[in-house]
Amino acid sequence: MSGQFEPKIAGFFCKWCTSAGADLAGTTRLKYPPNVIPVTMFCSSRVDPQYILQAFRDGADGVIIGGCHPGDCHYQAGNYKTMKRIILVKRLMQQMSIDEGRLRLEWISAAEGGKFARIIHEFTEEIRNLGPLQLAQAVAPGHGAKG
Amino acid sequence: MADKLKVDSGSRLRFGFYWAASCGGCEIAVLDVNEKILDVVANADILFWPVAMDTKYEDVRAMPDGHMDVCFFNGSIRNSEAKEIAQLLRKKSKVLVAFGSCAHHGCIPGLANLHNRREVFDTAYHREPSLDDSAGTEPKTKTRVKEGDLSLPEFFDHVFPLDRVVDVDYYLPGCPPPVPLILNAVTAIFEGNLPAKGAVLAPVKALCDECARNKHVAKKMPDIRRTWEIQADPEECFLEQGIICMGPATRAGCETRCINGNSPCTGCLGPTPEVTDQGAKMISALGSILKVDAEKEMSEEETKALLDKVKDPVGTFYMYGLASAIINHRRGK
Ligand code: SF4
Ligand code: FES
Repeated sequence: MSGQFEPKIAGFFCKWCTSAGADLAGTTRLKYPPNVIPVTMFCSSRVDPQYILQAFRDGADGVIIGGCHPGDCHYQAGNYKTMKRIILVKRLMQQMSIDEGRLRLEWISAAEGGKFARIIHEFTEEIRNLGPLQLAQAVAPGHGAKG
Repeated sequence: MADKLKVDSGSRLRFGFYWAASCGGCEIAVLDVNEKILDVVANADILFWPVAMDTKYEDVRAMPDGHMDVCFFNGSIRNSEAKEIAQLLRKKSKVLVAFGSCAHHGCIPGLANLHNRREVFDTAYHREPSLDDSAGTEPKTKTRVKEGDLSLPEFFDHVFPLDRVVDVDYYLPGCPPPVPLILNAVTAIFEGNLPAKGAVLAPVKALCDECARNKHVAKKMPDIRRTWEIQADPEECFLEQGIICMGPATRAGCETRCINGNSPCTGCLGPTPEVTDQGAKMISALGSILKVDAEKEMSEEETKALLDKVKDPVGTFYMYGLASAIINHRRGK
């Protein structure tokens, strides 16, 4: 290993579109970097903003959320909720000096295995360029991390 | 816990009160208990209360461990003195109560976690327009003068809730805690009726549940407006008028005191029990209700422009909770 930084990325993908797209990327044997740890959610709108913040705090250098294209959400309108939340979380990240490029929302359908592989590739490189997040909890002098 | 209280002290309980990084409002809240405070005094000895009594830290140090039955600690941990006294009072008290939002979640002082000590000092001691900074004076932990060394507590880079530095038994939420909650807590203490350790001594529901304003089960927020932009209808839900109200993400127990004054909730009682991060919860709620009737037609740019109307997300969603949020300080600060 040349000591290249390997980002840790948390992925939250909806079951009906993006996870299926990921499966398609797999069954068509497309290659993409192994840096994303995927979690399948029923809908992108089930991604509580707390999960995103917790992922960053627990060591993720990037977080990617994948849902169905607008109009295609299995639950009608979940992805519109997601879009609003992600915009606000990015605003929050700006204020906390966390590059908003570390959070990405993508619409990837079940038919878009190629897009899935491309986005994962792109995002991994972007996070690699941004470097490690290193977001430690603040602790009082003389105290270990707690809570 | 409660039994231990009775056994050790007989009928007169020994109380202590302390303030760390706080505004003094929590002390006033204790006085707001009014004549009921006399019942407390009749049944209790107050051993330590810097705002009202001339007891010294030495007097506390001289107490046997666990000597005080209950200590109400308000204020957050901003410097080494607050931390040291928190540790001391923990040792000397059987029950330590984080009293008020500062001790509970960091509150307004916790917003300084967007900055570090250097930035706070630069602003407070060098850049204040009303300040003569020609000598460049700022607090130092040690200063040599001809009479000897002077010392000051160390100002930390960050603000911490009380439970980040000591074990806390109970939490009385609020900025300041509402009088009925204080009375409930004091009564529970006297009656030996305290719940399990770690409890927040307040209802578990969200504020919306105790709010009397007209509201729909499925709320719809038509726009984002700031309080000065409209004359808020005092009967209708704030969110449904477009004004951000932290009610859905905030614990009940204040008897909607701000809302009764036609001001939206800003979240001082902290999140409901199942929520860790109040701000994230509110962001989630806004995503659910904002312009739901038009969301399908809105372009991403339009949605962004709409959400740009949230000025200062940290100050809006984490006014009281930044120091205890999942991400509790600004990166690199
Ligand atoms: S959002 Fe505010 S005004 Fe509306 S019901 Fe909840 S607490 Fe009341
Ligand atoms: S099910 Fe895919 S975004 Fe809702």
